[in-house]
Amino acid sequence: MATQTVDTSTTGRNIPWGLIGRISLVVFFVLFLAVPLWNTILEMIANPQLLLRQLIIGLTNGAYISLIALGYTLVYGIVELINFAHGDVYMIGAFMSLTLIGLFGLQAATPPEVRYPLMLLILVITMAFTATLNVGIERFAYRRLRTVSRLAPLISAIGVSFILQNVGLLWGYLRFPALNGVMGSNAVAPKSFPNLLPTQNLLEPLQAVFGEGFRVRFTGKDLIMIGTAVVLLGALYFFVQRTKLGKAMRATAQDRDAAALMGINVNRTISLAFLLGGALAGAAGMLVGLYNGTAVFNMGFKAGLFSFTAAVLGGIGNITGAMLGGLLIGLIAALSDQYINAKWTNAVIFGILVLILVFRPTGLLGENVQQKA
Amino acid sequence: MSTTTPLLELRNVHSYYGNIQALKGISLTVNEGEIVTLIGSNGAGKSTTLRTISGIIHPRSGEILLDNKRIDHIPPHDVVKLGVLQSPEGRRIFPRLSVRDNLEMGAFTRNDTAGIAEDMERVFDLFPRLRERANQKGGTLSGGEQQMLAIGRALMGRPRVLLLDEPSMGLAPVLVEQIFNIIKEINSQGTTVLLVEQNALMALEIAHRGYVLQTGQIVLADTAKALSENEMVQKAYLGVE
Repeated sequence: MATQTVDTSTTGRNIPWGLIGRISLVVFFVLFLAVPLWNTILEMIANPQLLLRQLIIGLTNGAYISLIALGYTLVYGIVELINFAHGDVYMIGAFMSLTLIGLFGLQAATPPEVRYPLMLLILVITMAFTATLNVGIERFAYRRLRTVSRLAPLISAIGVSFILQNVGLLWGYLRFPALNGVMGSNAVAPKSFPNLLPTQNLLEPLQAVFGEGFRVRFTGKDLIMIGTAVVLLGALYFFVQRTKLGKAMRATAQDRDAAALMGINVNRTISLAFLLGGALAGAAGMLVGLYNGTAVFNMGFKAGLFSFTAAVLGGIGNITGAMLGGLLIGLIAALSDQYINAKWTNAVIFGILVLILVFRPTGLLGENVQQKA
Repeated sequence: MSTTTPLLELRNVHSYYGNIQALKGISLTVNEGEIVTLIGSNGAGKSTTLRTISGIIHPRSGEILLDNKRIDHIPPHDVVKLGVLQSPEGRRIFPRLSVRDNLEMGAFTRNDTAGIAEDMERVFDLFPRLRERANQKGGTLSGGEQQMLAIGRALMGRPRVLLLDEPSMGLAPVLVEQIFNIIKEINSQGTTVLLVEQNALMALEIAHRGYVLQTGQIVLADTAKALSENEMVQKAYLGVE
């Protein structure tokens, strides 16, 4: 924006490059994408059931991406650090929950009245674990570097990411009998979760209405994934918007020194942001593990990238934005998988990100935050 | 001058920004119930003095005492708990919190819900404009309103000592008058005030005593009346030829 020329009155030699750039970008996208996009829309209309199915997939993906994206946005909002290790905290969450599932001996055959309370307990323990882990990471790897430069904690974060991936690798070697063999025989290979979530189709009664041809499925699994995410996101939103501590967190994000002058313990508030982000990432790890049935030590990379993109798309630092961004990324990925090609999904997502950032550099819901000194 | 021990006392305080010395041995006292003003030109160290008292920066040597207990080297959020609140230079309100939430943040260290509600009413009575805008975001207020909010926010902590850093900065003369009247009123309700000002004329008018700061050192200390009649002060800060 700053490079845009203002003085157009005199010579005419001031070429508005910014404007030309944006227009040509639009022309490019229209020329190359108009026809495929039109065909896609026709396809969607021709088979609404398929569209509905992809939207449900998008919704479930969006649910966990939102959970992880919040961790990026909470931390960035308060310390302006892109926590590269965050995706790996999510992976650790998946491993932790799988370990606990093994310890408790949960299986698909475990009766529901035992299984669900235990799964809730595992969720709580996993969230507490990743929350503590994330707070510890901030305490040991970022805090001392915070006053040095902005680049130092960033590089430290990349280091922590590698460390966590290796922890995930080593975790795969665990062979205690008490674990009931959940880690499988190959340490590096994806671990499989038992089928603990209900798979019955909740939309089956609709077949009576729409007839046999109605094949859209919305399973108990989908409901648990979306429901848990909605509850957690709602709780977080309430905490940040309404409670005194949540407001103190926003105040610290807006002006750290002023917050300290109000008696807010800035370091503790920063820890709180990491705590909340870690807890949500842990929940996402367990949900995805159970939903997809697998977890692998490097699963955090792609999920982290998608979630970070979601946070940027929604406007990094903005909590509602991260939720919206996560949902959009989930939906776009699911639609692109079906209507374009799964191979192109990454390109589509980042293409859309670029487009949005060109026209709204602060993201969809981002506000113009004045640069801090 | 008074037999009581001072509420706030600075003894030979030296503060640095990195390697640059900003305060070169500041000593001053603020007694219970007083308005004390620090005047001086830009860069004299007025704001640094307040930042040092609040614990945002720690003195390299010297002592800061509140009620005869040392408060240097404790973190800023603990200084607030002891009853020292600051309305910082440039107002520094939280732009994306509502006016009400900004005030609530001023009372962050308190847990007496009833007392907080009472003080919120008191602030709204002092600054009726803030009541009208209670649900507006802080960043949407005008400069004068933001200054009111910054002072009101500090009052929400029930300060024993209120530190005010340049409350008149950037305000229209009418508003400056209004703000100074309110500071006087706050003081008459029992709050001790340490006021940093470039507008020496107005500051000396409402203060009991004053200190003149020059390049990190106190060069004059006297009653406000005596200072406003001092020839050097008149020349340098009051614009009297």
